[in-house]
Amino acid sequence: MHIIACIKQVPDSAQIRVHPVTNTIMRQGVPTIINPYDLYALEEALRLRDTFGGEVTVLTMGPPSAEDSLRKALTFGADRAILLTDRFFAGADTLATTYALATAIRKIATTYGAPDIVFTGKQTIDGDTAQVGPGIAKRLGLLQLSYVARIVSLGPTTRGIEVERRAEGGMQILRGRLPCLVTMLEATNEIRRGSLADALRAARSTIVKWNAQEVGVEDMSKCGLRGSPTIVKRVFAPTARTEKAALIEPGGREPAEALIEEIFKRQPKLESDLVTLARGF
Amino acid sequence: MTEPTKTPARPPAGRAGAKKELPEHFKAYKHVWVFVEQERGQVHAVSWELMGAGRKLADKLGVELAAIVLGPSGAATSGLAAEAFCYGADLAYLVADDVLADYRNESYTKALTDLVNTYKPEILLLGATTLGRDLAGAVATTLLTGLTADCTALDVDADGSLAATRPTFGGSLLCTIYTLNYRPQMATVRPRVMPMPERVERLVGRIIEHPLGIVENDIVTKVLGFMPDRDSAKSSLAYADVVVAGGLGLGSPENFQLVRQLAGVLGAEYGCSRPLVQKGWAAPDRQIGQTGKTIRPKLYIAAGISGAIQHRVGVEGADLIVAINTDRNAPIFDFAHLGIVADAIPLLPALTEAFRRRLSPHTRDRIAS
Repeated sequence: MHIIACIKQVPDSAQIRVHPVTNTIMRQGVPTIINPYDLYALEEALRLRDTFGGEVTVLTMGPPSAEDSLRKALTFGADRAILLTDRFFAGADTLATTYALATAIRKIATTYGAPDIVFTGKQTIDGDTAQVGPGIAKRLGLLQLSYVARIVSLGPTTRGIEVERRAEGGMQILRGRLPCLVTMLEATNEIRRGSLADALRAARSTIVKWNAQEVGVEDMSKCGLRGSPTIVKRVFAPTARTEKAALIEPGGREPAEALIEEIFKRQPKLESDLVTLARGF
Repeated sequence: MTEPTKTPARPPAGRAGAKKELPEHFKAYKHVWVFVEQERGQVHAVSWELMGAGRKLADKLGVELAAIVLGPSGAATSGLAAEAFCYGADLAYLVADDVLADYRNESYTKALTDLVNTYKPEILLLGATTLGRDLAGAVATTLLTGLTADCTALDVDADGSLAATRPTFGGSLLCTIYTLNYRPQMATVRPRVMPMPERVERLVGRIIEHPLGIVENDIVTKVLGFMPDRDSAKSSLAYADVVVAGGLGLGSPENFQLVRQLAGVLGAEYGCSRPLVQKGWAAPDRQIGQTGKTIRPKLYIAAGISGAIQHRVGVEGADLIVAINTDRNAPIFDFAHLGIVADAIPLLPALTEAFRRRLSPHTRDRIAS
């Protein structure tokens, strides 16, 4: 089995600060991490390799510093890491991103063997679009299995795959065929710690780096900002409500009683609604 | 979406400023479409919320609003088209085929891309549900057009372009995104972000039927079954009338119980802010905010939640937001209606007790007599 896991290096969102005057992101000193959703994809890829044999190739597109995340992925046990990096890729929206990643996956297929499964996380924590996985699938003509909670069975020789897929109100059980693209749901597995041997190997490994030309991009106008149909026209902080919250001063009253009085004063109909609701439980 | 990487305060150089004319072959693209999401006979309420938003866009553009209805052949599916007229659609495009009985990416992508290529809409809106996101990403890539995910506001600017606003950078800022030179302009919106329009009984409306053009044997994916969620309450958080939520100010995972207890007395749903999910104190489906659920309850009580923008965009539609926080300067007091500077840990049980007394039938009967 050859499995590709796509990951993205993202700023640790818990530490993002916005400049109060310029409304720009203050990136200085913000640590980067592997997009947490991608770790479920990577772990699932590693588990399948451990069960069925084969190799896991990790792929990312990003600035040269994204090498850090690839090396981290190698310490978890990935066999090979590929960095797609070129200034022509900068400013890409999801459509231009999937063009570059799909081109890279074709190159991986001819260089290291065609993938049986391509994994992505369900979305990233900085973009939150959930569009890149489906986009790669469509560009490569792979069967698209999104929001997968569990791979129930897999037959490397029969080429069959059965999954549980998160749908509204329940789990859909689907049978498909390899090769396919799987976007992995969160909290479905736990990334391994990685062995000492993997850590040593990761430190010594060479990360394969491809620029646009090396990866085989034929049409530069499909890359980066130029290849992006969407345009960000404005970035802004939401306007503050003109009125701030009215703060309760309990005075001599119990704070809880004072708060409830004020709630019902503002929403007189709420009390009868609450009685109905509360009785329903 | 586009992820501006360098100087987000300025538009990308040489792109947003220089507005090219729409390519000739896209000029035929007219009208606003809303995808009506149904699964196993159940229509998702987000479809009607979007119909309300789509109606406003169509009126502003002076064009028609169409409902896109895909499903198995039969009265249930065509009934959805009629229902769409009651929520404001002028017409409906209907692909009714038993191959579409269950949602599968292959068949639904085929049906929707065929409709777009045949009837050419300028705007296409879908719900940002698991189904809608799965479908929208595939359709936008197939059509090679722009798609803006999880919009919190939709508008049409002076020259008729769709202005789609969404949170960016993990919800710390908002951005407005355009798809200027491609059609259709696609966007997804999460459930409960747009208000539910009033349902008005209407019988008028045209239904245009379109064939699917593939048969079951053409489709690789087979649906083997469906396991409904055991905890049916999980999916009702977005549509709850009363919601109580807790944040990091609770101090420990054990104290999250205090939130659940107050919710229990109120017959409410409980939720949490994003850090609690990241810390593993609460399940991901309880998260309220941009990356979790958007809510529009009559009453929202936020305990120990500071009120980051990504949380704010998920709760702003609430009728009454009540904030409990020890920090007088917490951003949540900027958008809550009512606040109390207090420690939630003693206040929550006190509220639970006070509400219990107030709402108990015994107390009420006594007051009445």
